[in-house]
Amino acid sequence: MRTFLGALTRGSGWLGLIGILLITLLLLFAAFGPLLDLPDPTRTNLRARMAAPTISLFGVGPHPLGTDQLGRDILSRIVFGSRVTLAVAGAAVILGGIVGTLLGLVAGYFGGFLDRLLMRLADIQLAVPLMLLALMVIAALGPSLQNLVIVLALVSWVRYARIVRGQVLAVREREFVQSARAIGASAPRIILRHILPNVLTPAVVVATLELARVIVLEAGLSFLGLGVQPPFPSWGRMLAEGRTYIASAWWIITFPGIALMLTVLAVNLLGDWLRDHLDPRLKVR
Amino acid sequence: MARYLLGRVFDGLVAILGVVTIVFVVSRLLGDPAVLLLPIGATQDQIAELRAGLGLDLPLWRQYLDFLGGAVQGDFGESFQFMRPALDVVLERMPATMALAFSALGIGIVLGALAGSLAALYRGTVVEGVVMVLALLGQATPVFWLGLLLILLFAVELGLLPTGGYDGPASLILPALTLGTFTTASIARLLRSGMLDVLRDDHVRTARAKGLMPRTVFLWHVARNSLIPVVTMTGILAGELLGGSVVTETVFSWPGVGRLIVQAMEAKDFPVVQAGVMVIATTFVIINLLVDLLYGILDPRIRRRG
Amino acid sequence: MLEISDLAVGFSREGRFARVIHDLSYSVERGETLGIVGESGSGKSVHALALLGLLPQPPGKVLGGRALFEGEDLLALPESRLRDLRGGRIGVVFQDPMTALNPVLTIGRQIAEPLIRHKGLSMRQALDRAAELLDLVGIRDARRRLPQFPHEFSGGMRQRVMIAIAISCEPALLIADEPTTALDVTVQGQILDLMAGLRERLGMTMIWITHDMGVVAGIADTIQVMYAGRIMERGPVEAVFASPRSAYTWGLLQSLPHGAHPPGGRLRQIPGQPPDMFNLPPGDPFAPRNPFATERCFKEAPPLRQVPGSVPGHVVAAWYDLPAALQAAP
Repeated sequence: MRTFLGALTRGSGWLGLIGILLITLLLLFAAFGPLLDLPDPTRTNLRARMAAPTISLFGVGPHPLGTDQLGRDILSRIVFGSRVTLAVAGAAVILGGIVGTLLGLVAGYFGGFLDRLLMRLADIQLAVPLMLLALMVIAALGPSLQNLVIVLALVSWVRYARIVRGQVLAVREREFVQSARAIGASAPRIILRHILPNVLTPAVVVATLELARVIVLEAGLSFLGLGVQPPFPSWGRMLAEGRTYIASAWWIITFPGIALMLTVLAVNLLGDWLRDHLDPRLKVR
Repeated sequence: MARYLLGRVFDGLVAILGVVTIVFVVSRLLGDPAVLLLPIGATQDQIAELRAGLGLDLPLWRQYLDFLGGAVQGDFGESFQFMRPALDVVLERMPATMALAFSALGIGIVLGALAGSLAALYRGTVVEGVVMVLALLGQATPVFWLGLLLILLFAVELGLLPTGGYDGPASLILPALTLGTFTTASIARLLRSGMLDVLRDDHVRTARAKGLMPRTVFLWHVARNSLIPVVTMTGILAGELLGGSVVTETVFSWPGVGRLIVQAMEAKDFPVVQAGVMVIATTFVIINLLVDLLYGILDPRIRRRG
Repeated sequence: MLEISDLAVGFSREGRFARVIHDLSYSVERGETLGIVGESGSGKSVHALALLGLLPQPPGKVLGGRALFEGEDLLALPESRLRDLRGGRIGVVFQDPMTALNPVLTIGRQIAEPLIRHKGLSMRQALDRAAELLDLVGIRDARRRLPQFPHEFSGGMRQRVMIAIAISCEPALLIADEPTTALDVTVQGQILDLMAGLRERLGMTMIWITHDMGVVAGIADTIQVMYAGRIMERGPVEAVFASPRSAYTWGLLQSLPHGAHPPGGRLRQIPGQPPDMFNLPPGDPFAPRNPFATERCFKEAPPLRQVPGSVPGHVVAAWYDLPAALQAAP
C-alpha cells in the first residue's frame, strides 16, 4: 500500500491521484446522492421554469443549480443522470471487454484463418467513424437503454481484441505454455489457466481508456436523441434540451457539461496513469 | 515502396467492401423498406408490387450483389425526402463538411504542434504545466458541450460571431474551433511526449556534439523524428473529426453530411443515410491511405518493408 | 593542448546528490593518445560529456574546475563558442553506432551537417566532401551510399560513418567514448586500425575512453585508470603494463584474457561491486574490493604521487606498495 501511494505521488503520479479522487467522488455521488433528499428528477414544475441557481455563500436554496425548461431540478437530474451514464458506460465496457478479450484470445491462440478474419473485421470496423457506426446501428435497432449498451459494446470490442491478441502472440511461445501443451492440457484450459492471466493487465488498461470514449459517445448519442430515452435523465440529453434556452438560462447547459467533462477527465487521468505504470508498451497504440 | 502502397490500397478496398456489407446488413435490419415507403393503409398488392420494383423479392445474395453493384456505381437509390439520387444529395453537402473538417484539422495541427513543442522545449516549467492541463481539459471536453459554451460566450454574450448557419468565413470560426479542440489537445500531448522521448535519444546528443545550432537540432533531429507518431495519430484523429462533425454540425446547424445523416435518420430516409455513411467511410479510408503514404516518406525504415 | 584541473561533477537522482567526479586533473599533449580506462560508474564518460557541454543538466551538474583547450576554458565558455568548437576543433565518437545516428536522415546529410555548420560549405560541396570522407573511413562505393539511411548499414559500417562525422572538420582533438564496445570482436580490430591510421594522417590528439585494457595497449601512449570519479593510476602505457602500482590496475590487467594466464583458463573478474556513488566509503574508494588494502586506505583518500623508481609521469594513488604486497602474497 505504501509503495502504491508512493507511485501515485511521484512524478506525474499526482494526476493519477486527482483522477482517483474525482472518480471516488463521482461514485459516492451516484451511490448516495439520492439520499440527499433531492427533488424527484422527473417531476416538472411549470411555475418554477428556468429558475436560476440558488447556491451562494449563504446556503444552497431550493434549486442549487437551478431548474430546466420544465422546472425540473438540475442538481437532482445530474445526480440521477450520473447513475444512468455510469451504468450504461460500465455495462458497455464490460460487455465489449469480455467479447473483445475472448475474440483476441481465440485469434491469437489459434491463429490461421480465424485470426485473419477477425483482424480484418477489426480493420473494417475501424474504417467507419464510431459515431456513424453507432448511429446506423441505433437507427436499425431503435433507441433503448439495452440497445445503447449493445452499440457501445460493439464499437469498443476492437481495441481489446487487438491488444489481447498481440499479448497472446507474445505469451503463446513461452515455456510455461509449451510445457502445458506438452503434458496434453486442452486448448480452453491452456487459454484460461495460462494465457488469460497474462492478458488481464493490458485488458484492464484498455477498459479504462475505453470507458472515457464510451461515456463521450453515449452523451453524444443522447445529445442527438438516439441514446438514453426519457424518462431517464441523461447528461447528453439535458444538453440537447437546454440548447434552445441557451440565451435565457445558461445554467441548463453549463452544469451537466461540467459533470460530463469532470467524469471524462477523471477516467482519462486514471487510464493514463494505469497505462504508464502497468503497461507502458500500450502508449504507442 | 510500391509494394507497400499496393498493400495499403488493397487493405483500403477491402475495408470499403466491408463497410458496404455492414451498411447492407444494417439496412436489412431496419425492416421492410416497402412498408416504410408506402403510406399507412396500403394494400398487400401495393406492397408486393413495390417489393418487386425494389428487388426485395429476390434472394438475399442477389439483393446483396445488386446493392454492391449499385454502391460501386454510386447508386444508393432515391432519397425519400428529396426525390433525387441519394448520393447527389450527400455530395452537395460534402464541401461544407470538408471545409469544417479541414479547418479543424488545420487548427489542430498548427496549435497542437505549437503547444506540444513549447511544452517539450520548456519542460519542467510553468509553460509545460499550463499546456498539459489545457490539453487534458481539451481532451475531456465533449465537442457538443464545447460548441454550446462557445455559442454562449461568443455569440450570445459578446455577440461577436453567428450562433450557427453557413454564411461567410465568420460562421466557420466557432464550429472549426469546437471540432479542432480535441485534435489540438491530442496532437499537443502526443508531440510533447514524442519529443521528450526523442530528446533522450543518443542521436540528438550526436547532433549536439556536431556543434549544430539549436534551431537545426530541434527541427531536423527532434521535431522531424517526433512527427512520425503524430502522423500515425492523424489517421485516427481523422476518424474522430469525421465522427465529431456529426454532432458539431448539429450544434451549429452546419449544412454538412453529418447533420444530413442525422436528419435523414429522423426522417427514415435510409438511402441518404447509407450514401452518407459510405461517403464518410470512403473519405476516411482515403485519408488513412494518404497518412500511410506520408508515413512511408517520413520513416525510411518503412519503405522497404512489404 | 588540453589541461584539466580540479574538475568536479555531481549528479542528483530522486532527491539525492552524489559527486561522480572528484577534483580531476590531467593534461594531454598535442599528438598524444590518452587511454582512459575504468568500469562503468568510474566517471570516464561523464567527465568527457561535461567537457563538451553535453552533460544533461539536470540531473548532472558541473561543480567546478577548469579545462583549458588551446587556451580557452571549456567550462567557462558561453554555449555559442562551445558549439563552434564541438564538431569543429573537437570531434566525438560515441559508443553505440546503432542509436547514435538519426534513423530518418540520410547518411550523406548527417556527414554534411558539421561541414555546412563549421566550414561554411554548401550542401553540394558538403556532400562531395562526405563522399571523400566515407572513402577515407573505408566504405566502398561511397557516392551510392550517401542517400542511404542508417538501417541500411551494419554496426561496423555505422561506426565508420560516426568516425567520418567526427573527423569531417579535421578536429585537433578526437574524443572516442568506447567506440568499439558495441561491435563484434573482428570489427573492433578493424575500427581500431582505422582510427590509428586516421590519427597519423590527420595528426590528431586523441582521448580514448574504454573499459578494455587490451584496447588501450593497442592504441594509447598514456594510460589513465579511473575509479569512482578519481584517477587511480596514470603513466606511459609500457611502464604501467610492466609494473602496475594500483591494485585496481592490477585487477584490470589480471582480467585480460591473455597475458599471464594459460589459454583457456578462467577469466578473472575483480571481486565485488562497482561503487555506489550515492554511498561512497571514506578513504580510498577501491579499498573495500582491494585484497591489499591497509587500514589507512579505509580512512584517508590517497593523493596521486610519482611512483618512485619508475619513469617520470607514472603516478599512483595508493597507500600500499603493490609490488611488495604481491611478493608477500602466496
